[in-house]
Amino acid sequence: MSAVLSGHGLGLAFGPTTVLHDVDIALDPGEIVAVLGASGSGKSTLLHVLAGLLRPDAGSVELDGRRIDHLADRERSELRLRRFGFVFQLGDLVPELTVVENVELPLRLTGVARRLARSQAMEILADLAVADVAARRVNEVSGGQAQRAAVARALVHRPAVVLADEPTGSLDTVTGELVLEAFVRAARAVGTAVLLVTHEARVASWASREVQLRDGCVVAPATTS
Amino acid sequence: MTVPMAILAFLEDRPAHGFALKQRYDGLLGHERELKSGQVYSTLARLERDGLTRGVEIERGEGPDRRVYAITDSGVAELEHWLRTPHAANARPTELFTKVVLALVSGREAGPLLEEQRAVYLKRMRQLTAARHDGDVVDRLAGDYEIAHLEADLRWIELAAARMSDVASRIHGRAEGMP
Ligand SMILES: Nc1ncnc2c1ncn2[C@@H]1O[C@H](COP(=O)(O)OP(=O)(O)O)[C@@H](O)[C@H]1O
Ligand SMILES: [Mg+2]
Repeated sequence: MSAVLSGHGLGLAFGPTTVLHDVDIALDPGEIVAVLGASGSGKSTLLHVLAGLLRPDAGSVELDGRRIDHLADRERSELRLRRFGFVFQLGDLVPELTVVENVELPLRLTGVARRLARSQAMEILADLAVADVAARRVNEVSGGQAQRAAVARALVHRPAVVLADEPTGSLDTVTGELVLEAFVRAARAVGTAVLLVTHEARVASWASREVQLRDGCVVAPATTS
Repeated sequence: MTVPMAILAFLEDRPAHGFALKQRYDGLLGHERELKSGQVYSTLARLERDGLTRGVEIERGEGPDRRVYAITDSGVAELEHWLRTPHAANARPTELFTKVVLALVSGREAGPLLEEQRAVYLKRMRQLTAARHDGDVVDRLAGDYEIAHLEADLRWIELAAARMSDVASRIHGRAEGMP
């Protein structure tokens, strides 16, 4: 199968510090891939490069075999909106909106009718056991509830690719599994490819394979035969 | 230890004959290791001798007659005591720890063996996670137990890898009789 999203020879430095070095990565449709690595190994940076939020100094990013890293900002935003879902490590819900309004956003921005957007948003909030706080403002819910709302927003428009940065980081084990189950469902039902950044082996074990980063480089996997 | 206690628990739930007890054990606790009929009957005999169970009737049907057992008051007390006595936290560093130390002592690097062990644990964890979608809630609980232990082992591997150079210099210091 051909990759939906891939990075080739990605390199990036912040000033004198090399943060990514010659990273190759590819995601097939419906595949869940874990990115593992110690804090500071470059996981979030890799995700931001793949998402088109940071331009790499070297290498290229392709979506459906088409280069996207050198598109103009406006085109990249359009792609992000329609084809990607994001769960950022620090969260980026709109604080002035309610939980369900945040989740509807990707649908409303692409012209989905209000009523349909609302029902799809509520459905996924229910899957993640946060339907009961749907009408609250984001700053009136717990960190774990906000994190699940961010996951709902990333999945609600059935994107081709979800890039999720520690999406279970502020959740207990049982609640974290609701999130992981939602990713598995999306992967199976609509072929969403999920890149799951985590430092926890338990979370990584939900993926079909893992890519390990160390100091900005991909570590060759140990053989398990 | 767990076989007699399992039988007591099943009998407290309801009186039963040996074969039914074996089936219930295999269904709930067997996990790749079924109980032998011989062990069921010898355990029942011992429990009865100790006054923890008693035979209550003979069930007649096709095939041989089956003796039905019930739990006694002492049996209930014994089960209660066992269930409510926490076991000691006595986990000791295991073979992997020994291998790491001996690799360093013999002048090798421990990194590769930690990395290979890590891959084995991760692979097993992935299998268990995948299997959780199939099994019922009891199988799932058994899988979760193993996953939690693998998680602890993997965390230890991470710590060990991060401290390897300190550990190596300490070991060579000791080997040369330095403090
Ligand atoms: N905007 C930035 N400016 C300078 N350095 C950065 C910036 N963002 C990240 N870094 C550095 O890049 C390295 C990798 O960071 P990051 O990708 O966030 O790691 P991870 O997500 O694996 O913890 C770290 O050393 C971090 O300090
Ligand atoms: Mg990060």
